[in-house]
Amino acid sequence: MVSSLIGCNMYDVVVIGAGPAGANAAIDAHDHGLRVLLIDEGRDAGGQVWRPKSGSILKASVTSIERKGNQLREHLQKSEVKRKFETRVWHIEKSDNGGWIVGLSGPDDEKQVTSRTVIIATGAQERIIPVNGWTLPGVLGLAGSTALMKENLLPPHGRSIVAGTGPLVFYVASEIQRLGGNVTAISTLNSKLDWCKALPSMILKPRLLFQGLCWVLSLYLKRIPIFWRTGIITIEGENAVEGVTITKVDKDWAPKKDHQRYIPCESVCYGQGLLPEISASRLTGADHYYDEKLGGWVPTIDDLGRTSEKGIYACGDNAGILGVTVAPISGKRAAQAVIEDLKGENPGAGQSNLKMMQKFGRAMTVLNIPRSGLIKFIDDETEICRCEGITKRDIDHEIAHGAQSHNAVKSGTRCGMGPCGGRFCMDTVAMLTAHHTSKTREEIGLPTARPPLRPVILDTLSGDLDYDDLPIPGVSPL
Amino acid sequence: MNKGAVSQVQRSEKISFQFDGIDMDAYEGETIAAALFRAEVSHLRDAPNSKNPRGLFCVMGVCQECVVSVDGKIVEACRTNVSDGLIVNRVQYV
Repeated sequence: MVSSLIGCNMYDVVVIGAGPAGANAAIDAHDHGLRVLLIDEGRDAGGQVWRPKSGSILKASVTSIERKGNQLREHLQKSEVKRKFETRVWHIEKSDNGGWIVGLSGPDDEKQVTSRTVIIATGAQERIIPVNGWTLPGVLGLAGSTALMKENLLPPHGRSIVAGTGPLVFYVASEIQRLGGNVTAISTLNSKLDWCKALPSMILKPRLLFQGLCWVLSLYLKRIPIFWRTGIITIEGENAVEGVTITKVDKDWAPKKDHQRYIPCESVCYGQGLLPEISASRLTGADHYYDEKLGGWVPTIDDLGRTSEKGIYACGDNAGILGVTVAPISGKRAAQAVIEDLKGENPGAGQSNLKMMQKFGRAMTVLNIPRSGLIKFIDDETEICRCEGITKRDIDHEIAHGAQSHNAVKSGTRCGMGPCGGRFCMDTVAMLTAHHTSKTREEIGLPTARPPLRPVILDTLSGDLDYDDLPIPGVSPL
Repeated sequence: MNKGAVSQVQRSEKISFQFDGIDMDAYEGETIAAALFRAEVSHLRDAPNSKNPRGLFCVMGVCQECVVSVDGKIVEACRTNVSDGLIVNRVQYV
């Protein structure tokens, strides 16, 4: 890392991510006398699930989800935890003294901090299966549309189709209606039977079950059609969304091509669940493993969130998609581990009904596990890598010529080398590789972890360097 | 249609900015992405390779689809607040 950077501060704990897991971890660590720095790229704490409203909204009704976010933000305010918002972590590396150096890119001058430990609470990102037309303006990620609505109270334009898997489909549709938008249809890959199977675990959290039923009921009352066991196979439009074609699927979620229906619309909100955001934990060198019931690749952690790297802890959805009911406890437990390791104290964080909440979270994640037939939704011409414009045909060609890993596909095609850092194509590349080579996801592995974790302005990397100070050697004689 | 939740929303003062030379309204404190979304400007740029149109997608600073040009710098419209008189342009790839 750049050595010329000044203003280093030694913390006991740097917490990356101020969602329900990270913020609770920071508060607990601070309460036990540790020097804590909480970092988040957002404007305030809450993460995506408890995302705060934009500063432009002076007054509006408060939903129960938002109330929880407000409580967290108030709690954080009172606790006086040191925090940096609108600040991104772009690098993490071991320092010579056994601690960790965290590279920052934010509004202030502090470009890096050092810390004895790092709690990673980076949450999740969306899994979106590429289909023809998914790059058109008017297509939003399912979680993306919740971000837009929570922050701005703006529903998607015109007639919306909400599609995908899991509970988010129903939440998004009911929010669009609540905010005055127009949901024209819901298409979910799940069957009613999938939901019946989830019911025993959902009963463990009756309030959440009731909330979910209210979403669905509100949609039934508005007579919004719900197409079960269907998925979007094409999004049509010239320069923006004009409609979608949905198709019935079989039990493996493979499209049944003779059962299709065209629905005109102006907006599409779609996604197939969440993936743990592990790029930060991978950069530290910590071990990871694949568990589809946890959303995919997750860091190997002990009961409290210690990873295989000394001083690195993980909590919240990036340690396994278990949702917002588990995240605060998981954060508190990571703080407990840090307190034990640094101070030798046992603060005894709450274990109360953690198992029950995990069971609920897992039941929701299971609804999103991609099935083998999904791959048939992707057309040869579909752009899989949105940044570089790499199609399924390009990737299939690379795999047919011997590529059996992300790195091989990447070096052959540039797939995953664009500004998003492969976050929206890598899972699909692994699905395709698994499909063509019969390798397991574990065998396929992951691409090499590299900084920057987020696009970073070159000034941040170059520090105080002035190009005019660079010595320019004279022209050498031929 | 239920307009209940939105009709009670009170927003900040209106300001104006420019997107590709066209005057646009925004509310102080919202992002460029939100202001453009309200104005139903969904086409934010063309992809550098395939040249096909792109717009707001992940809304959380990951996908980089909503990048726009402000003062010659590429910024994520979904994470950058609009300000009065701000000049925003579509990113031009060469």
